Amino acid sequence: MTSTPSRPNLPAIAGLVFWIGLLVWFSFWMGQQSFGWLPVQASSAAPLVDGLFSFETAVATFVFAGVVSVMAWVMLFNRAAKYDISDAEPIEGNTKLEIIWTVIPLLLVMGIAYYTIDVNRQIGLIGPMDHVHGDRLASDQQPASGAAVAPQAEIEVIARQWSWEFRYPGAAVSATELHLPLDRRVGLQLRSEDVIHGFYVPAFRLKQQVIPGRSIAFFLTPTREGRYRLRDSEYSGTWFAANQVDVVVQSETDYQDWLRRASRLPLQPGLSDASREYALRQSRTRPSGYATVVPAPPPMVNVPGSNTLPHDG
Amino acid sequence: MTITPFDPGLSAAPTPQPKAPNSWKRYFSFNTDAKVIGIQYIATALIFLLVGGLLAMIMRGELITPEADLVDRTVYNGLYTMHGTIMLFLFMFPVLNGLNNLLIPCMIGAPDMAFPRLNAAAFWLVPVFGVILMASFLVPGGPAASGWWSYPPVSLQNPLGFLINGEALWIVAVALSGVSSIMGAINFVTTILRMRAPGMTLFRMPIFCWTALSAQIIQLIGLPALTGGALMLLFDLVVGTSFYRPEGGGDPVLYQHFFWFYSHPAVYVIILPVFGVFSELFPVYARKPLFGYRFVAMASLVIVALSLVVWVHHMFPSGVPQWMRDLFMVTTMLIAVPTGIKVFAWLATLWGGKLRLNTPMLFALGGLFNFVFAGVTGIMLATVPVDIHVNNTYFVVGHFHYVIYGAATMGVYAAIYHWFPKFTGKMYYEGLGQLHFLLTFIGTNLNFFPMHPLGLMGMPRRVSSYDPEFAFWNVLASLGAFLLGVSIIPFLLNLVSSLVRGKQAPANPWNAIGLEWLLPSPPPAENFEENVPTVISGPYGYGSGLPLVEHQERYPRATDFLATGQA
Repeated sequence: MTSTPSRPNLPAIAGLVFWIGLLVWFSFWMGQQSFGWLPVQASSAAPLVDGLFSFETAVATFVFAGVVSVMAWVMLFNRAAKYDISDAEPIEGNTKLEIIWTVIPLLLVMGIAYYTIDVNRQIGLIGPMDHVHGDRLASDQQPASGAAVAPQAEIEVIARQWSWEFRYPGAAVSATELHLPLDRRVGLQLRSEDVIHGFYVPAFRLKQQVIPGRSIAFFLTPTREGRYRLRDSEYSGTWFAANQVDVVVQSETDYQDWLRRASRLPLQPGLSDASREYALRQSRTRPSGYATVVPAPPPMVNVPGSNTLPHDG
Repeated sequence: MTITPFDPGLSAAPTPQPKAPNSWKRYFSFNTDAKVIGIQYIATALIFLLVGGLLAMIMRGELITPEADLVDRTVYNGLYTMHGTIMLFLFMFPVLNGLNNLLIPCMIGAPDMAFPRLNAAAFWLVPVFGVILMASFLVPGGPAASGWWSYPPVSLQNPLGFLINGEALWIVAVALSGVSSIMGAINFVTTILRMRAPGMTLFRMPIFCWTALSAQIIQLIGLPALTGGALMLLFDLVVGTSFYRPEGGGDPVLYQHFFWFYSHPAVYVIILPVFGVFSELFPVYARKPLFGYRFVAMASLVIVALSLVVWVHHMFPSGVPQWMRDLFMVTTMLIAVPTGIKVFAWLATLWGGKLRLNTPMLFALGGLFNFVFAGVTGIMLATVPVDIHVNNTYFVVGHFHYVIYGAATMGVYAAIYHWFPKFTGKMYYEGLGQLHFLLTFIGTNLNFFPMHPLGLMGMPRRVSSYDPEFAFWNVLASLGAFLLGVSIIPFLLNLVSSLVRGKQAPANPWNAIGLEWLLPSPPPAENFEENVPTVISGPYGYGSGLPLVEHQERYPRATDFLATGQA
């Protein structure tokens, strides 16, 4: 490859430098584009995740485009002529080159890992995602993150087959729509009554398995007012896909106002698309499909909310 | 070493007739010839590829619209579970074991596998558990519907309460698949280590044998964890133990560890032999030696070692502590290094070569293209914060389909075309082959690329319905899936028509270097029989003019290539 010519081939080097420059520019541009591929940023974690993803997109573009450039080059210019059955030059290796392409990727991935651990630490400070085992939590009511000032979980999240229930014990409110205050670190206590579910709000870039038998403390800071999707991200059975509700982020005053009004509302059945579909399925004379787990009855809540309004992400 | 008298009849025989039951019937019997078993594996695997593909196309038909309207949700869940299970355990592993059976003995100059009866038994377990798995479509309650991970507690929910249910049959099938793979692995490792021709040192082995050895070592280390974990799941399901049931004090996350301890390395069991195929094909069709043979060989073993310590990267959102996330991210990142060594070595092999772009080479190049794409998205998935966002979304589905279909299955196609003349004695049709490549390459990218933006937007995997904002990319993916379905037609047409009326293949149609190309096409039952060659140089001596074995001129020579006028 590069070792054989004794005199530097200037046009080739200039061409290579030009091409690499072009790839660098393209990679940088792709890195900028990558922000547009993601949902709106609605939590303090989101810009950190997106920044990391943008950096990775740029690196990935450079590596991929570089490899494809070489492949395209050889396919265009290193084709055997028709009827040419001779062999090419027998170059068996080049130790120096092999060491280079071992060490450079090593440095590159370790650099990415270092950057990532730093992002991990920052997200951890903003809202640790550590879980605690149910028994430990029961004993001292403190999340495992310990020393870091962890606000008491103010919202209980209960996942079921197939509904989400949110309880605000401080305000004696329950809902099937998650309301969160803007710009304040909120503690959630995640529980499941049946199988593993996943608490996933794409606009927050956060996800946590909700594991039966455990109570998992989860912290996040919403940073943008709006209505977002909360999706079940861990396959949980028949109506897994329908197990999604809305998250409403509102200013602190609106949030407190909502809590106050909600506490005065009477209990009524909450949202559960699964129960609705199940009733429909059972009403048919010949139900189609295989046997299914019967959905849990919709939780009785003050505010059912909505999961059909337009959402921002 | 003893010098065995050379039998001129070996090379003279135009089409050697394998012994006794030389009819199609031997492919339906308990035959102990590795070459028969290899073809049995590949044929069985291709049948299940059609079944798994059909399920995938129904799924993509459901997902072409946001609502759950084509099939019932319970049916969809069964479809995606069975699609994954069939494609991995009944297509991918068997087809690779088929290649192992065909290639390993011929490449190292062994007459057969070390334990031929064990070999046949390992194969015949495949149709057995295949039938068990297919039968689960017919039991009350339908097939398993908890994903190919079969995570408890959802996999332990048995709405009808019958002892024989889809999930139980699924676990039995997967456990039998594990037993079959372990039997195969013992055989392949022993054969490679103990049955090489004289002079064939480890560092003169073709890279395919290195990668097969590495992959089978993973099978031996990892599979017991999965099989044990699956048995505990079966006990939880049918006899009421609570290894994983939280209400009985069990821990569902324990299963995730058992499962991924094997199932992540399983990806390397799949991709390593495909790296082997790339490493075999690029030198042949670029007419150059493999660049940095020793680095490439050793990189496989480094991948084996690292693959055993990365499994937690599947569990970043499962509630693992931060130090574990950081540790497993670093080990996952490290795998990029030996993998990168291989990719760069292939590029350097191609560089300045004399490329011949026939069907196997096109599939290998297309496979490399897709693999590099999967590699860069793999790095993204390794980094914890990005993984937390895209974990269990379509981003992951896109990523691993680029690996499993884009790289591995295309590598398997490359291997099938490349060695088809050798083991069937017939040439395939180049035009149909290139059409197959074109449809596969376009279909793969059209099907699996749109899954990446979907995942980034937050569409979870395994859903039977989705929000309307995801519709655009899903339509494209579905069209790609149907195109992939179409792409199988020229492939099957090519296989069948060239078997029936293809041109007789010479011993070495590609002018390739390797022991298998010294054998007639198809090779006789015992390969070299009494005339095992003595290897005197490393593989891939393209351009050096060095003979591979002593008295090479006595074997059918590369000049056959000229005689038959293949170009």
